[in-house]
Amino acid sequence: MHRLISHLDALESESIHLLREVAAEFERPVLLFSGGKDSVVMLHIAKKAFWPARLPFPVMHVDTGHNFPEVIEFRDSSVDKLDVNLVVASVQASIDTGRVAEDPGPRAARNRRQPTPRLDAIDAHGFDAVMGGARRDEEKARAKERFFSFRDEFGQWDPKNQRPEIWSLYNGRHRKGEHIRVFPLSNWTELDIWQYVADKEIELPSIYYAHRRKVFRRDGMLMAVTDFLQPGEGEEVFEATVRYRTVGDATCTAAVSSMAVAIDDVIAEVAASRITERGATRADDKFSEAAMEDRKREGYF
Amino acid sequence: MELLRFATAGSVDDGKSTLIGRLLYDSKQIFEDTLEALEHSTMLRGEEGMNLALLTDGLRAEREQGITIDVAYRYFATPRRKFIIADTPGHVQYTRNMVTGASTADLALILVDARKGIIEQSRRHAFLASLLGVPHLVLCVNKMDLVDYDEAVFERIKSEFRDFAAKLDVRDLQFVPMSALHGDNVVDRSANTPWYEGTSLLHHLEEVHIASDRNLIDCRFPVQYVIRPRDDNHHDYRGYAGQVASGSYKVGDDVVVLPSGFTSTVASIDTADGPVEEAVPPMSVTIRLADDLDVSRGDMICRPHNQPNISQDVDAMLCWFGERVPLKAGGKYALKQTSKWTRALVKDLHYRLDVNTLHRDERADSLSLNEIGRVTLRTTAPLFSDDYRRNRATGSFILVDEARNDTLAAGMIL
Repeated sequence: MHRLISHLDALESESIHLLREVAAEFERPVLLFSGGKDSVVMLHIAKKAFWPARLPFPVMHVDTGHNFPEVIEFRDSSVDKLDVNLVVASVQASIDTGRVAEDPGPRAARNRRQPTPRLDAIDAHGFDAVMGGARRDEEKARAKERFFSFRDEFGQWDPKNQRPEIWSLYNGRHRKGEHIRVFPLSNWTELDIWQYVADKEIELPSIYYAHRRKVFRRDGMLMAVTDFLQPGEGEEVFEATVRYRTVGDATCTAAVSSMAVAIDDVIAEVAASRITERGATRADDKFSEAAMEDRKREGYF
Repeated sequence: MELLRFATAGSVDDGKSTLIGRLLYDSKQIFEDTLEALEHSTMLRGEEGMNLALLTDGLRAEREQGITIDVAYRYFATPRRKFIIADTPGHVQYTRNMVTGASTADLALILVDARKGIIEQSRRHAFLASLLGVPHLVLCVNKMDLVDYDEAVFERIKSEFRDFAAKLDVRDLQFVPMSALHGDNVVDRSANTPWYEGTSLLHHLEEVHIASDRNLIDCRFPVQYVIRPRDDNHHDYRGYAGQVASGSYKVGDDVVVLPSGFTSTVASIDTADGPVEEAVPPMSVTIRLADDLDVSRGDMICRPHNQPNISQDVDAMLCWFGERVPLKAGGKYALKQTSKWTRALVKDLHYRLDVNTLHRDERADSLSLNEIGRVTLRTTAPLFSDDYRRNRATGSFILVDEARNDTLAAGMIL
């Protein structure tokens, strides 16, 4: 028996501990699942935490309507296989009912419209704990995020009003209408996620691996031509071999040039990368230095 | 690859941000876009070059005030280890932040400026690291370049700090003379300090032996969650899920369940990847017992001949974080220890400790924000606990405001 615990085992164990705390202490938890690699890993670990029982909570997808079809297919097949309940909070539905207005113009991205439908769904279902796959290494406002992040009745995050988190004694107590965002993967890095995916042979949406695709260049990033995103004037369309480091709203998530067709290639690429995954591929984080912090306050992750 | 968690303490002036920046940069963990953003924000502040402190000043309020408010977590890896840094600011909310960062740390780095030597803040950080039971302490004597890499300066600081640390409970203390700015003894040993016989800081972080810091003797398994699938394939399955707090559990071991006191044996130790023969900290597993007992969350599975203290009266050191009201005798709070919530009444405040001088003020009748003192608590249900010195997992608790739900205090059982 080797008693040395590897870093992936230690991280997995920490995440399992968090997921079980949530299941034990909250009445109506929900796990966010987009089909993105972090949420896939989180769901995988959640399944392990309660094995051989089923997941004791539903999963929720905040659907911007601007999805990569490969990711939606993957989402649906994962949910079927796991036999869990899927709640879809739709940005399109919020736009249709007038709860949300779309940004005007051809560059309208819907990522920043996610808070309203998410908070509406949290209210409608009475969710009191919302688990997300955000990691602290993604961005510097997130570097100070807690595992259990308190949100007031408006879903707001107040960085000055967060509870100190000591040892692994999480305090999820809250009043009616308030809820807690829980981040079981806080201590994982992008490389840890990929190493774990390789180690556990976890299936991911195909667009995480290199494939041929029609793209055009915008603000220095490669954007895919989709039903929701067309090139503007002077933006030349060409075919390239690309993959995605994050999969989100297709209008603001960029691809990177890559020949990494298999997991080991991806790991080698991530280990050698000199650009963060959000910096490389998220047009919406470029609005301002405090872009992420502002969206967190509004209830974005 | 092993995981090492360490906390850094010191103020911006000590070069802490520069040191962290260097560890991240030299291990290729600062990305180009982060550097670009850093140059840009340095420029916006009317400064030149790159202000590495901005790397850790993540929140707008922090940038506006030019200070770091909160613990920031940083990650880097070398081929030998993965590291999690809890970067704790030295000046604002220092006790709360240092306690938070140190609570899960295997090692604490304390920085001092070679020109200034040991100051009040260095003593305070060392005391808090020792109070929180951080097993390894490294004093980084930084800015050696500004004292001409003088061995005598280093030796003087070392001996002064040793004298102070002798009053504390520090198990492993190391000293590294360095210049974070120039990289001396950070990643590689420096030619500027030929008199220094130790290793570089990074080498120490990679090599320091932490596996035996775990308590593998006292078996403590707080039950977190009871797994009962209730489906046809696992009709009678009843497993007790949790993270091993300490000790080693093997199939066939005799165990006792607290508080009921019923005994049984470990029938199997399950994980989703299959059963395991042995479980040690920090593994999250599911234990099944040979007998059908009534076990629920908050119970603890131990060995019959090695049980924790079972008591409703607890003496503890308390770090108070409540901003609105101070702690006073007679206060009632919610208390969480392992996987158990109960209520606690503060029966007595024995003294308040001055973290700078270690003086005990026995006339004190309250603890304000960031103050530390010794208390006696009475709980509504018995706690299954150990001395914090022996067991960080079962010797720790938090106090929570029963009406507002804020976390008010961190407690270490004596």
